[in-house]
Amino acid sequence: MKRRSFINLLLGLGTAGGVGAGLFPILRYLLPPESAEAEPETLSLGPAEQFPKGAGKIFKFGKHPVLVIRTKEGNFHALAATCTHLDCLVQYRDDLDMIWCACHGGKYDLSGRNISGPPPKPLAQYAVQVVAGNLVIASAQA
Amino acid sequence: MIDLLRSWLDERYQLNSFLEWARHKTVPVHRWTVFYYTGGVCLFLFLVQIATGILLLMYYRVGAESSYESVRFITSQVEYGWLMRSVHSWSANLLILFVLVHMLSIYFMRAYRSPRELSWVSGCFLLGIMMAFGFSGYLLPWNELAYFATKVGTDIVGQLPIVGGWLLKLVRGGEEVTGATLSRFFGLHVAILPAAASGLIGLHLLFVQVQGMSHGEDAKKHMPFFPNFVLRDLTLWLVVLNVICVLAVFFPWELGLKADALKSAPAGIKPEWYFLSQYQLLKVLPAKILFIPGELWGIGMFSAVGALALLLPFWEPRLPKSGRERLLTILGAGGLAAAAALTLWGHLS
Repeated sequence: MKRRSFINLLLGLGTAGGVGAGLFPILRYLLPPESAEAEPETLSLGPAEQFPKGAGKIFKFGKHPVLVIRTKEGNFHALAATCTHLDCLVQYRDDLDMIWCACHGGKYDLSGRNISGPPPKPLAQYAVQVVAGNLVIASAQA
Repeated sequence: MIDLLRSWLDERYQLNSFLEWARHKTVPVHRWTVFYYTGGVCLFLFLVQIATGILLLMYYRVGAESSYESVRFITSQVEYGWLMRSVHSWSANLLILFVLVHMLSIYFMRAYRSPRELSWVSGCFLLGIMMAFGFSGYLLPWNELAYFATKVGTDIVGQLPIVGGWLLKLVRGGEEVTGATLSRFFGLHVAILPAAASGLIGLHLLFVQVQGMSHGEDAKKHMPFFPNFVLRDLTLWLVVLNVICVLAVFFPWELGLKADALKSAPAGIKPEWYFLSQYQLLKVLPAKILFIPGELWGIGMFSAVGALALLLPFWEPRLPKSGRERLLTILGAGGLAAAAALTLWGHLS
């Protein structure tokens, strides 16, 4: 290798290293730190009887929004409230007796199964129980 | 006094040579000359955005607990605050409309051809920047529509293979759309994008000045740039300003309800008109096509159209000469009709 080429190579490597050394901390800085928040296993939502029939409400379960539904017949369902298509929050439609996403028209049945529209996956299910009159939801693993 | 100032400036900065150049600059006159004014209108609307944006900044306070409240304060308590916000929103929409009209006129006039390839490329980047302005600015009032539009828009980034998850966190400032996202979008909207846009607009204008306007060599007639073209331009700017004011007064921009991370997306939620065609495409694509998620096909289609448009001056000359003009017109008209049909469908559905 000629001396000129060698010096050009050194200069090129030095410049690339310098740019990389400048960009790396900026990129790392822009990435937010991981949250150290522990995920809960259960969440108590208060007296079950106070939950209106034919309605759904979203609660925060740790970091995740959960849709809790009480059907007209009085049955409870708890499902992940985030649409599997593009992250919108779904809602319970008592007129259709199904879960609907207003953003792109995706539909799910009450077990969370994607039945129509663009959602590619079902909604995750949460366990729901009435313990001493209180409505309690739990992650599927709990 | 003016002569004294002029000679003082000329001694130091050769002002007379610039004035001499401006005196000899001409604009070609032909049946499509009217489209030359669309570029000037874009510049004017960008200046309106800068001016009203600075005024809004005097009261706007970024944060999940303060953004909505400060915009409500601007529109309900500050004198003419409603006017400033509505002018900002309407001129933002008109800016995107005029950038699109400007680009379409360049396409159909074939003004992107050599030697003006970089004018076209810089214009494409400017359209991207203007859309990023629209998307980031949309979140700043922190209302329900903005919240879900941002959730969907950023989740599209998250769908990208390999780097999606990483990019999603980078854009949102976390896993969810929160106050951290608002801070990032604010920084993008008031610092990064204005700096990028100003630099690129400067470069775009420099290209036009150095190369002159397209079709100058074919035109039989020319008009002086100053004062003839400049005065016509300024008149049109005045008309556009009046249109914005009329729109702002009779159709003021609504604030809606405050964003709530525990509320379902409201029925009838839709993005701004310039994102409606992409929205409708994502809505009608099935969950999976050939084992690949529908939204990935959608993202692939937007990216392919964007790349084809950006590189137009480089692939178009390689097309066979016979029938090329006809093919380009059909491509342009077909693309425009498809985008318009998807937009209308998205609006009506």
